[in-house]
Amino acid sequence: MAGCQCAQATTCSSHGNLIRLGVNIRDFDYLIALAGNPNTGKTTLFNALSGLRQHTGNWPGKTVVRSEGAFRHNGYKYKVVDLPGTYSLLSTSEDEEIARDFILFGNPDCVVVVVDATALERNLNLVLQVLEITDRVVVALNLMDEAERKGMFVDARKLAKELGVPVVPMVAREGKGTDHLLQTVQDLVTGNLRTQPRRIELDPHIEEAVQQLLPHLKNLYPNLSNHRWLAMRLLEGDPSIRRAILTDSLAQTESPLAPQKEEDMSELEAALEV
Amino acid sequence: MPITLAELDRGQRAHIVELRLHGLERRRLMDLGFTPGTEVEVAMKAASGDPIAFVVRNTQIALRKQQAENIIVEPIS
Ligand SMILES: Nc1nc2c(ncn2[C@@H]2O[C@H](COP(=O)(O)OP(=O)(O)O)[C@@H](O)[C@H]2O)c(=O)[nH]1
Ligand SMILES: [Mg+2]
Repeated sequence: MAGCQCAQATTCSSHGNLIRLGVNIRDFDYLIALAGNPNTGKTTLFNALSGLRQHTGNWPGKTVVRSEGAFRHNGYKYKVVDLPGTYSLLSTSEDEEIARDFILFGNPDCVVVVVDATALERNLNLVLQVLEITDRVVVALNLMDEAERKGMFVDARKLAKELGVPVVPMVAREGKGTDHLLQTVQDLVTGNLRTQPRRIELDPHIEEAVQQLLPHLKNLYPNLSNHRWLAMRLLEGDPSIRRAILTDSLAQTESPLAPQKEEDMSELEAALEV
Repeated sequence: MPITLAELDRGQRAHIVELRLHGLERRRLMDLGFTPGTEVEVAMKAASGDPIAFVVRNTQIALRKQQAENIIVEPIS
């Protein structure tokens, strides 16, 4: 329901136990990132969660707008960040770099990937890429009204089974599914719900190279959540990942890594020579 | 007979056969949905033939002519 006035209410028919906290985002319990292709309803969902009062600025050193908001649900305080819409996390664009760096280095407790139920074939590419990075993922299967209008039936339960993470059908514009989504996010961040993300099996020789890199990366970046993903990107020769490691773009995220040194990088490069 | 994506006319559809691109540019186009086997349709074409907008996997995506020239397709008659 657009324009719902339940900001300070404890309950309302469309938002359940949601209380929007606007820009009051200090001392939150959990951090949520909203990812997804452009035009899937991320900002609609973000607005529904955080209300009209949000903090917007730019991502550090970038021209891309960063929106943050906060809300309370079932007694937990959440900070929510609306990531730029992207089709991928691997290629070179400012938007993709921001989204990827935040998911990888920002330590979100949960990444909600908002997908367009009418264009799953396109949207699942990003979902699979996010699943490579983190297992704390909930898929918001949005635009279910559009799917229905087009005569499409999307089996959310089967999709959840195949992806190994929860899938919540939604009509974000009407507030439908919001409470189910938040309950699912809560179950995930509090550890009540375990995911088993579907991941691509690598060729044995690539797997071997990943295994050789892992100890180096773990040694260099003990705080990082996914060394395996980083190893795969380095093997791929991804220049933006190398740049993200060398520059302090990582230090601008929520949880900076240990200070980087050039020697560390040379050590890593030596390992990559194999 | 396979031709390049840049040679298709407005409204014409084709299946992607091959991407004659490497590295990041290949990756980027695949992330945008241009993978072998996928159906594409020409939605709009500038008078100069550059850029060209395609419908691929339910979304309109514009490419530079130079990119489209490196994507081999089989037209759907
Ligand atoms: N029909 C329908 N439209 C929606 C829904 N959610 C969002 N939209 C519309 O989709 C468009 C894009 O939404 P937006 O939130 O800006 O997408 P974003 O690019 O992912 O941030 C807007 O016109 C929204 O009003 C939904 O569940 N159903
Ligand atoms: Mg948006």
